[in-house]
Amino acid sequence: MSSARVLVGTRKGAFVLTSDGKRKKWDVSGPHFAGWEIYHVAASPADPDRLYASQSSGWFGQVIQRSNDGGKSWAPVGNKFTYDGVPGTHQWYDGTAHPWEFKRVWHLEPSLTDPDTVYAGVEDAALFRSSDGGQNWEELSGLRQHGSGPRWQPGAGGMCLHTIILDPVNPNRMYIAISAAGAFRTDDGGKSWLPINQGLKSQYIPDPNAEVGHCVHKIAMHPTRPDVLFMQKHWDVMRSDNAGDLWHEVSGNLPTDFGFVVDVHAHEPETVYVLPIKSDSEHYPPDGKLRVYRSRSGGNEWEALTKGLPQENCYVNVLRDAMAVDSLDKCGVYFGTTGGQVYASSDAGDSWEAIVRDLPAVLSVEVQTLS
Amino acid sequence: MIRVVLPHHLRTLAQVGGEVQLQIEGEATPRAVLDALEARYPMLRGTIRDQVTQQRRAFLRFFACQEDLSHEPVDFVLPSAVSSGEEPLMIVGAIAGG
Repeated sequence: MSSARVLVGTRKGAFVLTSDGKRKKWDVSGPHFAGWEIYHVAASPADPDRLYASQSSGWFGQVIQRSNDGGKSWAPVGNKFTYDGVPGTHQWYDGTAHPWEFKRVWHLEPSLTDPDTVYAGVEDAALFRSSDGGQNWEELSGLRQHGSGPRWQPGAGGMCLHTIILDPVNPNRMYIAISAAGAFRTDDGGKSWLPINQGLKSQYIPDPNAEVGHCVHKIAMHPTRPDVLFMQKHWDVMRSDNAGDLWHEVSGNLPTDFGFVVDVHAHEPETVYVLPIKSDSEHYPPDGKLRVYRSRSGGNEWEALTKGLPQENCYVNVLRDAMAVDSLDKCGVYFGTTGGQVYASSDAGDSWEAIVRDLPAVLSVEVQTLS
Repeated sequence: MIRVVLPHHLRTLAQVGGEVQLQIEGEATPRAVLDALEARYPMLRGTIRDQVTQQRRAFLRFFACQEDLSHEPVDFVLPSAVSSGEEPLMIVGAIAGG
């Protein structure tokens, strides 16, 4: 029988939640790496027992952990992230040039086909790859050396590379996103990169239509339609139908189009989920009501999903890597909050329940569908 | 033999219960102690000093014999009480954060 395993990264450790395919009763294990910030825990699509975790701390820096048994045991692997060549500078908050400095790994993206190959998106923004199960890391420096690097700048959370999407059809194509530089695409396996920000408009940069400088919060793709991308930008929910060459806004009737997460239904490529947040000044749901919004038409028309979610006095945030979907039938949707709840829906968003509460602030949520 | 006291999180990471005891070839300096520590516990690489710059992490301090030795050069010869094992070298995390 199928089952689901939810991988939760929090401010003070990682947690693994497991359930059978009904997804009604959940077992919680953890905290793993207690007391450390776990920005992301990710599983290999090629080997469901192979997990990677980004463990970091303001005191002790970055550690990468690997599990070969589905999270029962872990071992540290390589944590040396060295920028290729002369790191150079990017823009600092005040507009001055600031040297590139490694701070942490925000996101780990295992290869679709090889459990030993994994990509890491880091702060200050760069993309690294390991081909030996995380022991050694090399920068794919064509991204940082694209030429626009000196104009990249940090968002409020730091200059992070937080999104890595591997094209399941074209192994040479991948997408990444950086706050606050924008989205980029490679078509040659990471050697060279193209900014794909045409159509984005950001009023907080001098030229709202600039090639780079956009604070992209998250991008999502359905694996059967790799040319169709959905984006939650700082403000605006966007869509591209041509692999990011051009974006158009699909915020439609959302109560606010600020937010962090976006994801796509596992079986319906036109069904998209976002979680509106009031504003960039007030990082909580509008009106104190925690509402996921679902579009069944690829954007523009959105419906509020509220059943089982708090509809008063709710002032949590949902961070950019904290939503995921499983591929069971019906599709499961999961998200974690800065208040420590992980909410799940086993009916594609129609109803929700907290499958765990009172964890440390949730930084990331991933889910595995196991057979 | 050098005795080293690690902060809680690094003891957990290295899977050691109490003090770490290290044999140092030559003079006992902060650099030599960290080299020996990282050789024996590779998972600690990068957690006390940056792997690229070799700079001590800002929120860590080195104490011994009631002295703060954090700002001594990395090739500073540690007190004889440390090199003899009479006193430990303490690697201490700053009280900061939440």
